[in-house]
Amino acid sequence: MQNKKAVVYVRLKDGVLDPQGVTIQRAILNMGYDVVDKVRSGRFFELELVDGNGDLRGKVEEICRELLANPVIEDFSVEFK
Amino acid sequence: MKFGVVTFPGSNCDYDAYAAAKLIDEDVEFLWHQSTDLLGCDVVILPGGFAHGDYLRSGAIARFSPIMQSVVKFAASGGMVMGICNGFQVLVESGLLPGALMRNHHLRFSCKFVYIRVERTDLPFTASCRVGDVLKIPIAHKDGNYYNFQGDLQQLKDHNQVVFRYCDRDGKITEASNPNGSADNIAGITNREGNVLGMMPHPERAMESILGSGDGLRLFESIQAFCKRGVNVEKA
Repeated sequence: MQNKKAVVYVRLKDGVLDPQGVTIQRAILNMGYDVVDKVRSGRFFELELVDGNGDLRGKVEEICRELLANPVIEDFSVEFK
Repeated sequence: MKFGVVTFPGSNCDYDAYAAAKLIDEDVEFLWHQSTDLLGCDVVILPGGFAHGDYLRSGAIARFSPIMQSVVKFAASGGMVMGICNGFQVLVESGLLPGALMRNHHLRFSCKFVYIRVERTDLPFTASCRVGDVLKIPIAHKDGNYYNFQGDLQQLKDHNQVVFRYCDRDGKITEASNPNGSADNIAGITNREGNVLGMMPHPERAMESILGSGDGLRLFESIQAFCKRGVNVEKA
């Protein structure tokens, strides 16, 4: 059966400063929780796919490289569901 | 000579750039983002604003506007391209300039006058300045934190691609004068060929002293002087 959905996760590369993550971690500390040492923020996309032939994974990864992630600062991963 | 100012949906400094060109008595045309015709302009300006709502990442969608295919070709053939603020973000997303512009380190939108030091004057954009000149120019952005990996940052410096750096009013490069966390206080860079400039500060908003500063005028006058000399100017 053809895959119908691709879930794309985009994360900042290791070593790239994530000021949003730092701020969220600080908020968690202010909430009174001491169980979180570090937060890294990111985003995800659900791509609903049309039935088609060819290299679906290859095409989705191309879309990620060209648009959804900025390869200078971000990594991505794709799951098919 | 003729300036071209690209208007993306969400651009909001296109009229300022247009007015800046008029102020120095040059021709100027708006270039709609759906067009691919640069109308024979000598310099293309990608203006500030929020192209395509800054959805996804600032500049990420604008890169796929039809006009950008022509801008990329124009730049590759040596044409002068100047990206201001959001335009700088479009240039890095398009790969015309290296690196990335990330969220300001303090996470706030920052709108104020800053000082920048001119690091290079062998470019059309700064030809009428002297190295070390301090310009007072406003910034207005949330994503202006210039980032590049250590090795690539070193390459950028090795190739002398840093054009402007944030400084204090005396021209000293200090942490306190860095408004957004940019690596090495970088405020503006060029490509290796020197025909594409990206900068976060807004020279087009500093064209008359009644507006707080007339220092932006010097960049526009530089371009004008460069074109008047007629040194290998590529026509679009």
